[in-house]
Amino acid sequence: MTGKKIVFGLFEDEEILMKAVKNVRNEGLKITDVLTPFPVHGLDEIMGLRQTKLHSAGFVFGMTGTLTALTFILWVSTANYPINYAGKPYLSLPSWIPITFELTVLFAAIGMTLTYLYLNRLAPGMKPKILDERITSHMFAMTFEINAETSENKKEEIRNVLKANGAVEIHEKDWDTL
Amino acid sequence: MFVSPIREPLIQGHKTYAQMSDDIIGPVEAKPTKMWLAAVTFCGLVALTGFTMIGLTITYGIGMWGLNKTVGWAWDITNFVWWIGIGHAGTLISAILLLFRQKWRTGVNRSAEAMTIFAVMCAGLFPIIHMGRVWLAFFIFPYPNTRGPVWSNFNSPLLWDVFAISTYFTVSVLFWYTGLIPDLATVRDRAKTAFRKKIYNIFCFGWTGSAKHWQRFESLSLVLAGLSTPLVLSVHTIVSFDFATSIVPGWHTTIFPPYFVAGAIFSGFAMVLSLMLVVRKVFKLEQYITLAHIESMNKVIILTGSIVGVAYITELFVSWYSQNQYEQYAFINRSTGPYWWSYWGMMTCNVVSPQLFWIKKLRRSVVFTFFMSIFINVGMWFERFVIIVTSVHRDYITSAWTMYYPTYVEIFIYIGTIGFFMTLFLLFAKVAPVIALAEVKAILKTAGDQYTGEHATHVQHEHAVEHMHDEKKDGNFGTELKPI
Repeated sequence: MTGKKIVFGLFEDEEILMKAVKNVRNEGLKITDVLTPFPVHGLDEIMGLRQTKLHSAGFVFGMTGTLTALTFILWVSTANYPINYAGKPYLSLPSWIPITFELTVLFAAIGMTLTYLYLNRLAPGMKPKILDERITSHMFAMTFEINAETSENKKEEIRNVLKANGAVEIHEKDWDTL
Repeated sequence: MFVSPIREPLIQGHKTYAQMSDDIIGPVEAKPTKMWLAAVTFCGLVALTGFTMIGLTITYGIGMWGLNKTVGWAWDITNFVWWIGIGHAGTLISAILLLFRQKWRTGVNRSAEAMTIFAVMCAGLFPIIHMGRVWLAFFIFPYPNTRGPVWSNFNSPLLWDVFAISTYFTVSVLFWYTGLIPDLATVRDRAKTAFRKKIYNIFCFGWTGSAKHWQRFESLSLVLAGLSTPLVLSVHTIVSFDFATSIVPGWHTTIFPPYFVAGAIFSGFAMVLSLMLVVRKVFKLEQYITLAHIESMNKVIILTGSIVGVAYITELFVSWYSQNQYEQYAFINRSTGPYWWSYWGMMTCNVVSPQLFWIKKLRRSVVFTFFMSIFINVGMWFERFVIIVTSVHRDYITSAWTMYYPTYVEIFIYIGTIGFFMTLFLLFAKVAPVIALAEVKAILKTAGDQYTGEHATHVQHEHAVEHMHDEKKDGNFGTELKPI
């Protein structure tokens, strides 16, 4: 038992939530996470999240695909087993472009999706901590991590801030029993 | 965000987020109706008949088909190209329209993507069974072997096709499923029984909706859309290379790639409409798949249908202009030869009929659109039949001229794939939300009828105005714009 607990407020609208996130951060409280039923544009910026580097990973995977295709076809057609097709040159780059393109896309898509699943810890059989079942449907949650040592004053402050910024419900749950 | 008041709302009925979950996930939670069971049984039986005929083909060989030494490609490749083309609309809607920021895409993208995947599965069957010895189908992949190793021919469009179709299928599945994950999590959290929860938790990979996850989700969808856009264009381009790089009169034309891509999108949108018009009625989703959606899709049909029409006429002109007698005869034979009916069927369905959509009343009529969508699908099947069969049945030497007639085996394989496609779609519609729930929720504030259009009741929020100023700074909007 870590004694870790989560205090969270539920909001009904993303515009109220966005304002709340701004205000809460201005008051100097550290928001652990914000859970929403759909992607809210601009929320990551307001929360101060770093821009994801996932797309750069996609570029690297794509380039790996390009190089794999080109080097492999080059090796097969000019070194390993060159075959004369109607007297055409062994090294015929233009006709390799389609497969090179397809492999670039294939590598980028598969690599990026796997990276995405890994970073988000998403996989079949994961046991997620579900704070409230309405969060994936129509409620927005702002969460704060606390523990056994957190003072009553601090908890009270979090609750007050949530209430003042439009949270319609405020709950506290044990992380371990979720 | 500022929305022009002339934009039609895309979500009707003053919906709240909770109502949207109810409306869209409701059909997944409801007990299967008798209608659904009857439909799935019927389609399943049709699919089974098709697979039996494939079994016959594999057991006794390609001799079960009507092919002969002159006509080596007929219904098999016609069906292959037809199905692949149908798949293209799904990727166009989910990828290209995402890049163009078309909001109406959210109402139909999920089903259209599912349709893409099922259509590509049907398409993939044909090249495999037309090989005859299907157990040697793995020969098409470059793998180390004891025959040299003789690798596959990387200069051949048929091998490009192998790579194009398999990449297309894989990327479509990834795009579709990553988008489906958050919606499956919604189904999980609404589930009443522990078993149902467990099953959907497995399929939604344990999604919770954290802000960081959504940020990565958006980045992934954008890049996958960026990758799928050239991919979808490349796939049908490469399919057209199967013909264009040959020296058969009627096939050997450089117009093929754009002509095939436009035709693919044309037929795909027709299929999306055929399915969605039924889905919106059966699942009562008229408020999410509105007349505005249907009209937008019909506009895409006019555009692509006109491109296809121009391509047909260009082809005709070029065959005359080429002054090559074989090329000229290919087209005379298409329009006046023994298969004239398929040529004129294609011309009527694909060139003449979509022009009726210039009339606003017709493109906003559900019944008319439904019949039209069937018409276009028939026309596009004829197009592939015309290109393939009429070009090869009389090419160069008159002694080799012959006719082609399908056998019952080929006919039932084709009908069987339609049954297979419908079975998969019915199963999908029962276990997963047919509308991209999270994405539709994300456009509520800009496209819901309480916020935009004639019946708007909400005045734009302070926040929204603030946001507009930000965008003005970026130079996205003119200075004369006023909040609604």
